[in-house]
Amino acid sequence: MAHEVETRKKTQAEFEYAKRKREEEMRGQVATFALMIFLTLVAFTAVAADFSAYYVVPTILLLAAVQVGLQLYYFMHAKEKGHGTPIFFFYGGLLIAFTILITFVTIIWI
Amino acid sequence: MDINKQYSAQTWPDHPETATLEGKNKFVGFWLFLGGETVLFATLFATYLALKDKGPSGMEITASQLFELPLVFIMTMLLLTSSLTSVYAMFHMRSYNFRAMQAWMAVTVLLGAAFLGFEIYEFNHYVHEFGFTYGHSAFSSAFYTLVGTHGLHVAIGLGWFILLMIRNAKRGLNLYNASKFYTISLYWHFIDVVWVFIFTVVYLMGVVG
Repeated sequence: MAHEVETRKKTQAEFEYAKRKREEEMRGQVATFALMIFLTLVAFTAVAADFSAYYVVPTILLLAAVQVGLQLYYFMHAKEKGHGTPIFFFYGGLLIAFTILITFVTIIWI
Repeated sequence: MDINKQYSAQTWPDHPETATLEGKNKFVGFWLFLGGETVLFATLFATYLALKDKGPSGMEITASQLFELPLVFIMTMLLLTSSLTSVYAMFHMRSYNFRAMQAWMAVTVLLGAAFLGFEIYEFNHYVHEFGFTYGHSAFSSAFYTLVGTHGLHVAIGLGWFILLMIRNAKRGLNLYNASKFYTISLYWHFIDVVWVFIFTVVYLMGVVG
């Protein structure tokens, strides 16, 4: 490990600013969690309430997509700087995943 | 870089997980791996959707006969909460609070273990109550492969967490292990991402019919 890492002592003001930023972010994470619980509850209730599958299936799929977005961008920090390349890789995987799914549910029949 | 270099809360960088070259590489590499994992699970989901409710004619067991929502709901809450506790662990990692990070990781492991316990109970229940074994039908193989692969990921994640916690128990936080902790937390969130689709596509859509 030849790579040297520069470390620098933060001034008190910088330290407190960074701390406040982190705490603000953590409060946002807890709010995200509450929202995810809410989305899950809506999905389960929609199914338990026995509505027509025509309405329920698209709704719960949409709720799942929203929840995954929250998970990626907030819990996995993808909204932070420097995530361009990794997220590009991940969306590449997602594109292939989507193609496979479309193939199996529409073109291949058993 | 000396791997045992000591830090204080004031010298600890804002993004310790990518402060070293190794950390940066691990970060990009792991997201690439997660892209690959997405494709793996997509193939399993696609197979499941194609074979859902199918079996040798006359002995089909359908998803709506099999699944019970309360159990799935409990499992979902456990895994979702464990995702939040691992966010707490990363908050304390970035705040240079090693003990709090270890404690939150321990909570995450407990929640994950409870999830896995419920999953084992569930599979056991299907096999003994319905005779729904792996080889019973096209549906059963597709179901167990998809949900079982996810369960295996949970088990690997638990082992990974425990090994990291034990191995670094006396070392404390430094730039050598910060990226390791960050990587397992990404992995753990990804497990939850997959579960969101499993409970939606397999269980909820299975009950709807």
